[in-house]
Amino acid sequence: MNLGVPRRTIPPAAVAIGTSAGGLEALSTILPSLPPEFPLPILVVIHLSPHKDSLMAELLQAKCDLRVKEAEDKEPIVRGTVYFAPPDYHLLVEDDYRLSLSSEEAVNYSRPSVDVLFESAADAYGAGLIGVVLTGANQDGAAGLRKVQAEGGLALVQAPQSAYAPGMPEAALAACPSARVLPLGEIAGFLQEVACS
Amino acid sequence: MSDKTEELEIRLLLEAIYQQFHYDFRGYSFASLRRRLRHALRRFDCSNYSQLQDQVLHDSAVLPELLSFLTVQVSELFRDPSYFKAIREQVIPYLRTYPSLKVWVAGCSAGEELYSLVILFREEGLEQRTIFYATDINPKALERAQAGVYELDRMQQFTENHRLAGGKSSLSDYYSTGYGAAVFDKSLRQRVVISDHSLVTDSVFAEVQLISCRNVLIYFDRELQNRAIGLFKDALDRQGFLGLGSKESLRFTSSAADFTEFARESRIYQKRVN
Repeated sequence: MNLGVPRRTIPPAAVAIGTSAGGLEALSTILPSLPPEFPLPILVVIHLSPHKDSLMAELLQAKCDLRVKEAEDKEPIVRGTVYFAPPDYHLLVEDDYRLSLSSEEAVNYSRPSVDVLFESAADAYGAGLIGVVLTGANQDGAAGLRKVQAEGGLALVQAPQSAYAPGMPEAALAACPSARVLPLGEIAGFLQEVACS
Repeated sequence: MSDKTEELEIRLLLEAIYQQFHYDFRGYSFASLRRRLRHALRRFDCSNYSQLQDQVLHDSAVLPELLSFLTVQVSELFRDPSYFKAIREQVIPYLRTYPSLKVWVAGCSAGEELYSLVILFREEGLEQRTIFYATDINPKALERAQAGVYELDRMQQFTENHRLAGGKSSLSDYYSTGYGAAVFDKSLRQRVVISDHSLVTDSVFAEVQLISCRNVLIYFDRELQNRAIGLFKDALDRQGFLGLGSKESLRFTSSAADFTEFARESRIYQKRVN
């Protein structure tokens, strides 16, 4: 709760992205469009098969100017870096801006879960958080995005008609009707604009 | 409830639990603990943590159930088969050279990691010269570890994990079924000591050759991680082994220099000779 502090005066501090089916393609559109001097850290949860070791960070690093890596437990969060939740672990943000991993139960049948990332990131960053829900076929991220808004953060949802799987954006919009809606191609530009505002 | 008030109330609750019951969660990773405590609030029908504190201090039935929210008990037999394969193929050849062995499963929860190691040691012919210590802080988890009973619908996953871990026998040799449950053979506990022990407040109790502590340290803050790894270092024999969870490492801890990376991908470390 920001008592007496106008929300818009809080500068953006971090971006959290949640996605599922079609997510690799969507992230391959957004992340390579961001310049190496992008001033915020980006935290990503993408649903993957839990028994495969993820090559996601390596795949995207090859296409991106930003540094891309798999998140490690208790790692300090650094701006201009993209952190992926490892498969089969939840990713959380501590209040001292370190990352934590957790092997707790799946949430929304998902581990990592977008809700778990968004809720802890909203607790840590408050109004400085930008939460982004992209393509996906389930409901994960909807409750988390509502929490992002409740803490004064910015909610952004990929336009369902531009999504490979519209279910996750639709669920997020049902939970957060006032969220900003953008087609996939405009999300990187918007993030860049907000981050540098 | 504002975030600041919530954090204050949680810290007070943890302090009360520590003062009254000597369970110390004050150095646990806060983000995940807060998440689990929010669930506990709903479960105990409290609107804030001060009410929960009132319940836990005055109703003795509350703490045992609350402990199940404060600790995480999610595991599988042979979880991450490649870890157990590395133990079998790379660590066991070293351990074979010892006439007697001690193994410590720290944070054993309901015993999945313990039974995995006992079965592996039996398959490798080392069980009879080994004592296994399995410790946890949660009495309910220790009871479950002692019972060795798991839901039947988990056995398919366990069996597949065991096979991928290089299992030399059939997992079904070690359990019988009934009433929707798999009951592990009590002979697996012949060489096992199950006991209450806290990595936060207790000290070293034995000299051991292998410590397996998987997905426990991620719930600790860095200071507590350093304490636990210090305990492991002191408990390990010369050139003893430490196995961690697949996403845990010694990298951000103060004891990194005391260990070498023995099987890097499997997160198995070996204590350095000084």
